[in-house]
Amino acid sequence: MKSLEELKAIRDRVKNNVTLRKEDADAIRVVVGMATCGIAAGARPVLAAFTEEVAKRGLTNVMVTQTGCIGICQYEPVVEVFQPDGKKTTYVKMTADKAARVVTEHLVNGKVVEEYTIGSISNLK
Amino acid sequence: MYRSHVLVCGGTGCSSSNSQQIIDALETEIAAAGLADEVKVVKTGCFGLCALGPIMIVYPEGSFYSEVKPSDVPEIVQEHLLKGRIVKRLLYKETVQENNVKSLNETNFYAKQHRVALRNCGVINPENIEEYIAVDGYQALGKVLTEMTPQQVIDTILASGLRGRGGAGFPTGRKWSFAAANQADQKYVCCNADEGDPGAFMDRSVLEGDPHVVLEAMAIAGYAIGASQGYIYVRAEYPIAVHRLQIAIKQAREYGLLGKDIFGTGFNFDIDLRLGAGAFVCGEETALMTSIEGHRGEPRPRPPFPAVKGLFQKPTILNNVETYANVPQIILKGADWFASMGTEKSKGTKVFALGGKIKNTGLVEVPMGTTLREIVEEIGGGIPNGKKFKAAQTGGPSGGCIPAEHLDVPIDYDNLIAIGSMMGSGGLIVMDEDTCMVDIAKFFLEFTVDESCGKCTPCRIGTKRLYEMLDKITRGEGTLEDLDKMEELCYYIKNNALCGLGQTAPNPVLSTLRYFRDEYVAHVVDKKCPAGVCKHLMQVTILTDKCKGCTLCARTCPVGAIEGSVKVPHVVNQAKCIKCGACIEKCKFGAIVKK
Repeated sequence: MKSLEELKAIRDRVKNNVTLRKEDADAIRVVVGMATCGIAAGARPVLAAFTEEVAKRGLTNVMVTQTGCIGICQYEPVVEVFQPDGKKTTYVKMTADKAARVVTEHLVNGKVVEEYTIGSISNLK
Repeated sequence: MYRSHVLVCGGTGCSSSNSQQIIDALETEIAAAGLADEVKVVKTGCFGLCALGPIMIVYPEGSFYSEVKPSDVPEIVQEHLLKGRIVKRLLYKETVQENNVKSLNETNFYAKQHRVALRNCGVINPENIEEYIAVDGYQALGKVLTEMTPQQVIDTILASGLRGRGGAGFPTGRKWSFAAANQADQKYVCCNADEGDPGAFMDRSVLEGDPHVVLEAMAIAGYAIGASQGYIYVRAEYPIAVHRLQIAIKQAREYGLLGKDIFGTGFNFDIDLRLGAGAFVCGEETALMTSIEGHRGEPRPRPPFPAVKGLFQKPTILNNVETYANVPQIILKGADWFASMGTEKSKGTKVFALGGKIKNTGLVEVPMGTTLREIVEEIGGGIPNGKKFKAAQTGGPSGGCIPAEHLDVPIDYDNLIAIGSMMGSGGLIVMDEDTCMVDIAKFFLEFTVDESCGKCTPCRIGTKRLYEMLDKITRGEGTLEDLDKMEELCYYIKNNALCGLGQTAPNPVLSTLRYFRDEYVAHVVDKKCPAGVCKHLMQVTILTDKCKGCTLCARTCPVGAIEGSVKVPHVVNQAKCIKCGACIEKCKFGAIVKK
């Protein structure tokens, strides 16, 4: 270790490895449906994409987790985003690419990607 | 990138209840479920709630599973890790409310705790230096070396009010400034990890759960006093702690955080381990240093104090593990932050090892000034089986018993001494109404008699005589005169013994004499042991009006001391009875009593 900068560089590189272990009530929760229907429809790559994108951008206030069947199996993979204020957004028929866009627009910039939500006809076809 | 971390306790407590098997099973099951790239298993240090081990926490949900068995692992992997359904039956009961899972930090055990020394225990993987760096590890060392002068470091520690956590509570900053003021070609920084008090295990948990914090703090101390070599004296009975320290030292050297020219500042510091063979007296500072030098671990008179002539006759500072664990946080967050916690003369927090007759056995860290009642009743969950609190023993064989009347005293160094006990290293053994205080005093004296090194007469012979008098009392052969003689001998030993071991050895006797003299008198005058512990002073008798003559007790008795025929009240043959109490446990009618 030749300088403090070197230590800080290591810290910044590995910091995300442990942020998962903080219980934060103010975190945005991204919940991916991982029941049989979800997995069959391809929820696993979606979950992986969320985890990776969140890590890549160093978002410490986002918690990615999974849940069982929500009951709308025909729209799987279903992803729900819960904001600390209680607001919920339901994204349906998700893919890894769509996940990346949700991270950029919704989680980072706070703008819901309307066309992927359950309320948008275009995504239900 | 992992989406979930499964933390399993790898401390000594949970390891002895097979946490390693759980880790192995987890890794196998996770691989079989195809989750190896998504879920990471981390072996951490102690979470503190040892009574409920083995303990597992799954993040990001923060689900706290307790008393996990290897056979529970497939269900956890299939349900929780694969499908996201928390396995409610394994959750720590207190976190489960109707349809809702409470955060761990809201449970009674954790709510009043404030973790400074233990902040990384149960959070990071102690065998991976990068996890320590990720939680700001070695930042304090970097700050000290690049931004502060040695004097500023000492001033910060002084201003924080940090006092030694090993027992006596000497101000750490003063110790450092004495050693810094003495000029020498070589100085040493030592860490006392020879935790020998029965019932105390906080130092072990810090070493097992966060070994790097000790290394970092020792390097900071080295810079402050001008030392380039450190020694950690750790007991060989702590194999997990020794193993993790070895790994930590190796990794710190690889990262250049120990060794030559640290952070390019020209500061050199290295640390070596010395294993203690398990002699209690080696926890005393002069005996510890004598042992590091390779001699028999015996204390020597002070002065000269270690800060003047210590290890190898050079100026030396010696601090306890928990003391060091506070240092990096004080440097990073400032003396004011630390001094804002605690009482007027005792700053910061203290870790207590809760044991004995208490529900939540384990490690708790609370701000100084927390009352014993809060620790025992709220955090500790009270006394099991509806029994009544009788006393708490702090400070191990050097401390004393605190009776119920002092439950509301805020705990700090000075208050404990005022009520006849001492902080000690922080062992806190809770006793209920079934404990005989004379027997407890005898237990601790037996320990000190065993552990006395024999160098000075007051300790070698005095404690032996004290033990013999206690033994005489528990056999019902004592006289009231013995009580006075005992007290006199106690003060004689306290005033004349060479080291801390002898000077504090009479404390268990003095404190029980002070608060429970009536029990001593009962043993001496009435020849009775009120708690029913001392075997020579009690009889097992069968109440004829309650006995139905079922013969169960007679069949249970291991020595055939119960006589009688079916449906006729039985009698105990006192000549044969060994007072084991087996019959009392078996009797369905409550007809057998000890008195």
